[in-house]
Amino acid sequence: MARIDDLPLATRVFLKGYPFRTSQWRPGASLAAPLKDCRLGLVTTAAFTLPDQPVFDESKRGGDVSFRLLPTTSEPQAYTMSHRSKSFDHEGVEKDSELAFPLSRMMEFVSEGVVGGLVDQHVSLNGSITAPGRLVRETIPRLVGHFRQQRADVVLLVPV
Amino acid sequence: MCHQTAALVQGALESAGMVTVSITMLREITEKVTVPRALEVPFDLGYPLGAPNRPDLQRAVLCQALELTTVREPLPVMRVFKETSS
Repeated sequence: MARIDDLPLATRVFLKGYPFRTSQWRPGASLAAPLKDCRLGLVTTAAFTLPDQPVFDESKRGGDVSFRLLPTTSEPQAYTMSHRSKSFDHEGVEKDSELAFPLSRMMEFVSEGVVGGLVDQHVSLNGSITAPGRLVRETIPRLVGHFRQQRADVVLLVPV
Repeated sequence: MCHQTAALVQGALESAGMVTVSITMLREITEKVTVPRALEVPFDLGYPLGAPNRPDLQRAVLCQALELTTVREPLPVMRVFKETSS
């Protein structure tokens, strides 16, 4: 497990003083059907893009709050990680995208009957967002609309 | 900041009626932001599912994360990943 105290000094100092937001979700949802009958969507914050998509812009003040859609039919070797954060080791994800976007693993679960199916389009974000105001006001409502349109019952989120 | 970003998205999706679960490598941040369900993993940042090219380990993490979607206990729920020998 990572601990804030184990992170690089600059990151540690920043995080110690950072005014984290609180996520509003109460009372929470529950499954209307067994998992084997549910459609699942994935969210990764690894800033993956496909060759025909613009990479995330790390120069944007406060973070790039845009998102990219990654189809279930996309090939893992096509993903480019444009995350530039120095807070984590990129080597693992560069070797194996499943570490941050486990599409193949989930397809295995579908074929084994553990999960009912996958949405057609998953979501890739650049997690390095220090000023999340626009994320909350503009991006997140679009993501909610997206997963509703995709008829997602369950969403798994994987930060890096 | 990935953990805050994921948690904010997670909260909104949950509020919209979807059952959500996330992986966390930084329990301290996930607890501050709060999410309905999270699996805490004992891995370094950048390795949320354990290790590259280790489908067995990745599947174990994902199984334990997905199990949280069916828990019948008050939310929030945060469990610690238990690695089992296979």
